[in-house]
Amino acid sequence: MAREHKVKEGAKVRKSTGDRIVDVIIYVALGLIALSTVLPFLYVLAGSFATEKELTEKAFFIIPSVWSINAYRYAIETANILRGLRNSVLLTILGTFCCMAFSLSFAYPLSKSHFRGRNWIMNMVIFTMLFGGGMIPSYLVFQAYGLLDSWWALILPGLISPFNMIIIKKFFQGLPVELDEASYMDGANDLQIFAKVALPLSKPVIASISLFYGVGFWNDYFNSMIYLSTPEKYPIQIQLRSIILLSSKVSDTVLDYDMFGAPPDKAVKMACTVIATMPILIVYPFVQKYFTKGVMVGAVKG
Amino acid sequence: MAEKVKKQKGAITLSNGQVIVPKRKSTWQYMVQHKWLYFLLLPGFIYFIMFRYIPMGGLVIAFKEYSPFKGIWGSPWVGFGQFQKFFSNNDFLKLLTNTLGISLLQLVFYFPAPIILSLFLNEVRHNGYKRVVQTLVYIPHFVSWVIVASLTYQLFNVTDGVFNVIFRAISGGQTFDILQKSSTFWGLIVGQDIWRETGYGTIVFLAALSGVDQELYEAARVDGAGRWRLMWHITLPAIRGTIVMMLIMRVGSILNTGYEQIFLMRNDLNLARAEVFDTYIYTKGIRSGMYSFSSAAGMFKSVVGMIMVLTADRVAKAFGESGLY
Repeated sequence: MAREHKVKEGAKVRKSTGDRIVDVIIYVALGLIALSTVLPFLYVLAGSFATEKELTEKAFFIIPSVWSINAYRYAIETANILRGLRNSVLLTILGTFCCMAFSLSFAYPLSKSHFRGRNWIMNMVIFTMLFGGGMIPSYLVFQAYGLLDSWWALILPGLISPFNMIIIKKFFQGLPVELDEASYMDGANDLQIFAKVALPLSKPVIASISLFYGVGFWNDYFNSMIYLSTPEKYPIQIQLRSIILLSSKVSDTVLDYDMFGAPPDKAVKMACTVIATMPILIVYPFVQKYFTKGVMVGAVKG
Repeated sequence: MAEKVKKQKGAITLSNGQVIVPKRKSTWQYMVQHKWLYFLLLPGFIYFIMFRYIPMGGLVIAFKEYSPFKGIWGSPWVGFGQFQKFFSNNDFLKLLTNTLGISLLQLVFYFPAPIILSLFLNEVRHNGYKRVVQTLVYIPHFVSWVIVASLTYQLFNVTDGVFNVIFRAISGGQTFDILQKSSTFWGLIVGQDIWRETGYGTIVFLAALSGVDQELYEAARVDGAGRWRLMWHITLPAIRGTIVMMLIMRVGSILNTGYEQIFLMRNDLNLARAEVFDTYIYTKGIRSGMYSFSSAAGMFKSVVGMIMVLTADRVAKAFGESGLY
């Protein structure tokens, strides 16, 4: 509907010179803003394929004059970056899967208006959005559960994000009621309807919420730092941070120096940054059309 | 919340609009009939108890002198002793200054940024251009703070960062160290926030704007309204509810500056401005083992946060907005 009007309006409204100037300013400003978000990435990408010589000589470039993959070779061979990458991939897949299983199955009963106990449970969930135990009590409780130095300490505490769960619930509520009625007629029970009717229709919300959870796991640094102590279990973000801080003067723990031998050079830092960013940027275009919808649903309260 | 008219309890509206009121089953009968729904709910329910509510119960250690050997229950009670220690501590004022300083800067510069960007995007009639800009500005939201920190180091460090190489060339050998000065720390943090979240923040506002009837603009234009009047009288009122909602959430998290970002950007040289409640709780609690003391600090933060959200919500409602709850 909105489209139609836009077309009409374009034909009808003649713009004054002042309006045109404002238009140009807006287009240019937006272009610059968009550029400022991608330039740092492009620079680091270019730098990671450049030689150390070029990096010291030129302040800024987007295309290296001499291409080199030495930085990647060093990152993979010496900095052990592949181990972090593998850990992060496994953790992200496992974590996202668990989160989705818990969130979907928890949201489904709550999406049924006839479900008894629904208000009670929803209040219980919403309260956790307002108040929580905080870092230290949670740490001690998870320690008592025996989760320290285990990936489960990164996965279990965040199995259901109330915010994501509510988005899923709203999506389920939008599914036609007729489906339920028809399935009950056919003798299906609630579990069958959930698995065979509701889930297959929920691909958009599954895609966007998986992205939210997945990005959370991939990007997590702080929890890994608190809970993990064995370097073999470290995800890529921890390794990336150690590498970045190695030769800058601002490193704060001895551990950072212990993990890898000599301080890596600039191109290696860039290569590691690229390696840690790539997976997200590869997945992003595929899920982009879903997540905007997901956030919109979340924004419309109710 | 939309269902203003309270439906008769248990009434089922069929797809054809017919309303039937079945004889209400007893809860037990209902639970047996829908046992699979309860089965589906159960894992999540257990999760909320074990990982959300039991840690809340763990807050009792804020009123105790926790010792790892005696455990949560065996440790002696100290009443509000930990809170007294926290408030009378010299660090408290520093933490409050730093936390509020960063939060207020965020409120002034970072909060309006997505609104302004949305208004700009709303003026763009060329759909292709709009989509390209949107796609690009969303990206930073999806990269980790470690990567943001890493990009910041690579762009701004004194030795070989792009910024300083250029600055040196212009100023004739001088450098400007943003990363290791306390005076620039708040600005650095808010700057990173703006770079990372502004684009993504536009989604909710653009969603609100997509619901605006284009006829309104047409009618106003026919009446001779210019661009600014359209923005002032149609666009802004359309997103007012969303702005208020986002403001409530912002105010509610005024003491939440986040751990990761600040933890990654701070160092010995800027620590004076970089110690906030969140980092302090971590350092005192997990690194120094002062569990009870930092639990009290954490509890203070959570309680204030909750009061702020609820108050902001009330105020918004008093001014005729729909609020959060």
